[in-house]
Amino acid sequence: MSSANFNNTNASARPWFERLDRIDRRWIFLLMFLAVSGPILWIGVTGKTLPEAPTMAARAVFEEIDHLPAHSLVLISFDYDPASAGELQPMATSLVRQCAAKNLRMVFIALWPLGNQVAQQTIQDVIRDDYPALKEGDDFVNMGYQAGNEAVMKLLLTDFAKAFPKDSRGEATSNIPMLKDVKMASNFPLLISVSAGYPGSKEWVQYVISAKNDEMNFVTGCTGVSAPQLYPYFPQQIAGLLGAIKGAAEYESMVNASLAVDGVATAPKYLQAQRRMGPQLVAHLLMVGLIIVGNVIFFARKRRGAA
Amino acid sequence: MTRQGKTWLIIGAVFVALLVARGMIGQGLGRVYVKRSEVIVKLPASSTSAATISWQEWKQVPPLEFDAAQKANPAQTEISFSWPRTIGLWLAAFFTLAIFSFLYADNPFYKIAESLVVGVSAAYWGVIGFWDTLVPKMFGALTPGLVKSLVQPSLLDPENMQQISMVFALILGVMMLWRLLPRGGWISAWPLAFIVGVTAGLKIVSHVESDLMAQAAATMKPLVVSVTDASGAINIWASWWASVANVLLVVGVICCLAYFFFSVQHKGVVGGAARVGIWYLMITFGASFGFTVMGRIALLAARVEFLFDDWLWLIDPNHFRGL
Repeated sequence: MSSANFNNTNASARPWFERLDRIDRRWIFLLMFLAVSGPILWIGVTGKTLPEAPTMAARAVFEEIDHLPAHSLVLISFDYDPASAGELQPMATSLVRQCAAKNLRMVFIALWPLGNQVAQQTIQDVIRDDYPALKEGDDFVNMGYQAGNEAVMKLLLTDFAKAFPKDSRGEATSNIPMLKDVKMASNFPLLISVSAGYPGSKEWVQYVISAKNDEMNFVTGCTGVSAPQLYPYFPQQIAGLLGAIKGAAEYESMVNASLAVDGVATAPKYLQAQRRMGPQLVAHLLMVGLIIVGNVIFFARKRRGAA
Repeated sequence: MTRQGKTWLIIGAVFVALLVARGMIGQGLGRVYVKRSEVIVKLPASSTSAATISWQEWKQVPPLEFDAAQKANPAQTEISFSWPRTIGLWLAAFFTLAIFSFLYADNPFYKIAESLVVGVSAAYWGVIGFWDTLVPKMFGALTPGLVKSLVQPSLLDPENMQQISMVFALILGVMMLWRLLPRGGWISAWPLAFIVGVTAGLKIVSHVESDLMAQAAATMKPLVVSVTDASGAINIWASWWASVANVLLVVGVICCLAYFFFSVQHKGVVGGAARVGIWYLMITFGASFGFTVMGRIALLAARVEFLFDDWLWLIDPNHFRGL
């Protein structure tokens, strides 16, 4: 559908499909805004979310974490910034929540400069607020951001302390109790990356997992744009994959179900992804409708041309 | 006044009127409250100054917490209204709307927001590059004493080899900047050659391992699969679907490779395979488009949720205000 290009002299004489073809695209923007904002208001007022049926890739993420024995070390890389938080923060929150509930020892790192801040915020929202018994340095530690992209990943393969010589508080890695036996990346049985692009999940597969696939497992959550590039790695190189907000909603529902307590409602901050599936549904229906209308216009014009 | 100017004036007036009306109904519009807390840190015994240092931290709290604190003690000062954070919230809302306004037409608000994003991003990357790379890695290795005493007391002592490698990096950096001088611009080609060489070396090995060998191995699957259940009996439906999935995968790989194989004319069997390959590619592009739409809508939903929840206080999904 083209942008505003009106020729009012013959507007009423044009066939219906040509009038539709020349509709001002701003009407479509308005429809999309209504399609997104309507469900947000409805879900915001009623608190109801859509049911989720977890797919194999999301189930695999849950099971990889669930099968780890308590106190296992998990390396969690925050490879995104606030620009992608709308899509990735819900899955990061649920991943950290499941690890904290399983009593796993979490080591947070960031290969994106602002990844450190989003990791810090997630630690505050999940660990400090809901799992206050977990102690920094013993049960979790934020190693902060390290510049160098793939070079940091390569260094992690051989010397963890060299890649991250101190944590975000300035404490030397050698003085952190939970890291005393950590020499290299393969000392972590599980690597988790929440990734918005480069460097991220793809680079973790290429530089770390391809070298240590038999020693450590890798699960990842990624943006919708990068998900199609990562699916070929599943399940051999990526053991579990959360593709975009849909994957996040599926995983979130599994974590919530596993940690549900009778008579206690799940905290709203652990329902972010499922809340965002409402606008997804209506916006996708609109997109499908627009694609069908576009095709109908195309074939109607073709038919008229042939006639 | 032009027609477009009048339209903008009407839109702006309607918007401000709605905002004022919203502000006068119920709990009003977005405000931020903060809770004061004292942080006390014990200094190491070796420190020559005071035994402890302390400072105040301000943590954002839900408005519900402020209301409860006020009810309990109207004179309390622990939780208070935060002007700076409220202004920040309103600025975030303004810039979100300024960017959205481009969907209607290009306008000065959009230009301001766009310029600000570009300027802040450039400055931010400059600061990150200086404080996270140059100071700790370069200056910290070459002049550790100076960096420790001036800016980063927690800097760890560099190893000997690190100092030598940083001298090498410094020389390469200076050579790279040589292109800014009127003469000898060719000198910058040497560090560029170094970067290209190292990157190619790193990438070739990893790509061959992860994207060629591992992916080829992942494609070598049995075309007939038998899936057994817990009792050891063969599950016919699961076996059927697993076999179909493997067949589709292998056929897809072969047909897509046939499409990109241009040494043989695309006729007969090869032509048929290439045509099937095109179908596979189209489905892949469709899936990519679908994922992209999903991602963009998720980002839009997050911004709209911010406007309705944090700014306009129309909804309260996190139960922060007890609506």
